[in-house]
Amino acid sequence: MKIVTTRRISQVFFFSLFVWFCIVATVGSKLWQLRGWPVDWFFQLDPLVAVGTVLTTHTLYWPLLWALLTVALTIIFGRFFCGWVCPFGSLHHFVGFLGRRGKKLAHKVELNRYRKAQRVKYYVLVAFLALAAFPSAAATLQVGILDPIAVITRSFNLVLLPIVDSPTSFIFVSGRFYEGGWLIFAIFLAVVLLNLAIPRFYCRFICPLGALFGIIDRFAIWRIGKKQRECVNCKLCQRDCEGGCEPAGNIRISECVLCFNCLDSCKHDVIAYQTKTSAAGEVTNPDISRRGFALSLASGLFGVGAIRLSNKLGSNWYYKVVRPPGSLPEEEFLKRCVKCGQCMRVCPTNVIQPAGFEGGLENLWTPVLNNRIGSSGCQLNCVACGQVCPTSAIRPITLAEKLGVNEFAEAGPIKMGTAFFDRSRCLPWAMDKPCIVCEENCPLSPKAIFTREEFSTVRDGIFTAKEFRGDTIEIVENNLKPAKFAGGDYYCVVEGSFRRKIEANSENSLTISADEQFRNLAAKSGKIEVQVRLQRPYVDIERCIGCGICEHECPVSGKKAIRVSAEGETRSANRRLLLER
Amino acid sequence: MIEANGGKIGRRKLLMRVGKAGAAIGACGLASYLLYDPTGPEARSETKEPAILPDFSIPREAGQTISIVQGQDRVKTIYKAIELLGGIERFVKPGDVVAIKPNVAFASPPILGATANPQLVAEVVRLCYSGGKAKKVIVTDNPINDPTSCFTLSGVGKAASEAGAEVVLPKPHLFRRTTLAEGRLIRDWPVFFGPFEKADKLIGIAPVKNHHRAGASMSMKNWYGLLGGRRNIFHQDINTIIAELSMMVKPTLVILDGTEVMMTNGPTGGSVSDLRRANTLIASTDCVAADSYGSTLLDLKVSDLPYLAQAEKAGAGATDYESLKPARATIS
Repeated sequence: MKIVTTRRISQVFFFSLFVWFCIVATVGSKLWQLRGWPVDWFFQLDPLVAVGTVLTTHTLYWPLLWALLTVALTIIFGRFFCGWVCPFGSLHHFVGFLGRRGKKLAHKVELNRYRKAQRVKYYVLVAFLALAAFPSAAATLQVGILDPIAVITRSFNLVLLPIVDSPTSFIFVSGRFYEGGWLIFAIFLAVVLLNLAIPRFYCRFICPLGALFGIIDRFAIWRIGKKQRECVNCKLCQRDCEGGCEPAGNIRISECVLCFNCLDSCKHDVIAYQTKTSAAGEVTNPDISRRGFALSLASGLFGVGAIRLSNKLGSNWYYKVVRPPGSLPEEEFLKRCVKCGQCMRVCPTNVIQPAGFEGGLENLWTPVLNNRIGSSGCQLNCVACGQVCPTSAIRPITLAEKLGVNEFAEAGPIKMGTAFFDRSRCLPWAMDKPCIVCEENCPLSPKAIFTREEFSTVRDGIFTAKEFRGDTIEIVENNLKPAKFAGGDYYCVVEGSFRRKIEANSENSLTISADEQFRNLAAKSGKIEVQVRLQRPYVDIERCIGCGICEHECPVSGKKAIRVSAEGETRSANRRLLLER
Repeated sequence: MIEANGGKIGRRKLLMRVGKAGAAIGACGLASYLLYDPTGPEARSETKEPAILPDFSIPREAGQTISIVQGQDRVKTIYKAIELLGGIERFVKPGDVVAIKPNVAFASPPILGATANPQLVAEVVRLCYSGGKAKKVIVTDNPINDPTSCFTLSGVGKAASEAGAEVVLPKPHLFRRTTLAEGRLIRDWPVFFGPFEKADKLIGIAPVKNHHRAGASMSMKNWYGLLGGRRNIFHQDINTIIAELSMMVKPTLVILDGTEVMMTNGPTGGSVSDLRRANTLIASTDCVAADSYGSTLLDLKVSDLPYLAQAEKAGAGATDYESLKPARATIS
């Protein structure tokens, strides 16, 4: 079998595996659901995630040890990951192939020549790593913006899958929605379409992971090269060169993605994958200028200050950034989150959403809870998000830890925030309408939402009694809407203290279960007051965990009358509300 | 391919072109005529043909309207309760498609009693197949929490499918708009219609639960799960909506499970300390009677639950369950 055929099989296999992992990141026990599939495996193989988190946290989180395998294989064989494994690379490879099909040899060679701009990816990498290595507590991990595994995972999981599933609702029963998904889609579409202009555009010019491989593969034991200096210079080897690494001349080892197309196209057996240095000479180091390197390093170092000008980590923190349960304190969180969207994908209720810029630049695409989207707030008995977080920005907590039971009883439950009533919008508070849907749905026992019973006189609710007939009081007024007070929530009061439930009403009568005493009093005063019984809701701040189910269910469906914000979250000591726990 | 002809065009070709142009204009004109709307859209249009739920009820038989069975084991009590009403054969005929609507409102484990007991649901499914010779049994609900999670965590999904039922989740296309002719609240409102459209029989299964707004959530409140859309707004008039639901849904049988009763913190519960063992299971063709008896398990009176009287007044059933001469039994 030809080596390019093997390479294609490998690409199809890993791409299919990647798509499969996207599909099965669904909570459930069926074969196509999460069960035990290692859906984070591509992130674990990704040394950029490993190196990035090592720089920010000074530790290597254990599942990321897989990256060592990738690094070792790259040192031995070159950038095999780009050409053989990376699902994003394979996608670019395929679209680039479609784009140049039928073009003339010279045109193809021109498309696949080396360009100076290919050094840009190294500057991207240096800037990201400098941000991560900022020599103080202020480091921030932003590699996820452009890391290819993060980009394709985000794009497939948060955009393509919901779109493809929307006609059948096969995976997502209640549909899937992601706030600001259009931006993720637009970026994905742009970089995929750029392959039509220049094949593997993303890989050659942008990809920071490719850049990292380009730096470490200088020691590669095996490498592409020419066996002899002279050849007929037919340029067939550069016709389909995926890396744009110019194998016909001084091959640029750091750009070669090991597609082996040159090896396959050379009719004269001049190109080889060998341990020897290319007979035509080779360039092992990336084409980085000293000035460019210094500039990108500086932009990374000062970037943290620039990103944080809005003081979103200080007193100006954005209260709507409610993180999933088990999230680390904000500074630590931002050192680990790679914006991959796995937590948003796996969340059974769709409440975890990609953040926009409102919580600060570095907050982009990090997970926040939006209780207005999805099928429910954060479900009490669920800890799925932490189980799929590849870097433990959301720790893989147990249910006991989330609920604060057993060995976690002393620590208490994890609070994501606190629910606050907006009494100017709440039906029982602002409009004298019974409701308490929030109370009904609070999942805690005892509930964090409790009510106090109050009776409020309805508008124009004073009537004059005319006559008593059995349980029916005829009134002088003659303009009541029939059955208006019949729902079981309305009461009649006579001056003094007697209150009786209204069972029915006509235009000019009220039916109550009236006893003798009530009748006597009413007959004496003549005045009857109609009141509505309200259960006005309150939040018990000591019990509320900020799950947001109340906010999701609140019937005031626009700007909700109860809303969760992050005050009181247990992960940040400086955002607490209670004096003691 | 158009051939160069020195800028000239033949008569034949010109006529052809004129003919085609005429046909194209004519087609546009015809389409405009057929699609012509002289008035423009109305401010808000109600559904012209509301979907009406079928009537699943069966003829009444004296002394076999409601049964009350005491016992700890739901598998035994449900069998006895149905037997006292004439056996499953009375309710399910061979070849029937039976829809079962358990209360699966919350993503909560079965031990907390916030949802219908999975063993009870499975046993009813089995009875429908074995005694009733049903062709197909569907188990379905439109929960409050995430549907998939509710069916998974409550154990109802697994128990029902293992007993051979088809579990139907509330996908958007299964909803249709309905209007209850004699109703005030259910007007042009989306209901979960799909699973019931082709069913022959309907069985409701609900636990007895405390409910701070409605007083209690039992077999009538269980029909809330059929409502779609922003159904929470009905909490403003909770009694009327529950009464209207009992008018809209005419089940074959309801099973009210008071084996463990949620006395406090309902309807979500959340702790086993919210539950009390009452060891009572009720089967009834009259959900008003079933709930009237059920209220006693919560230490409530019929008058504490205004929707019962409202439903009775609307003809949905009887609050005076004793007048129906309940069939009683105790299983040790």
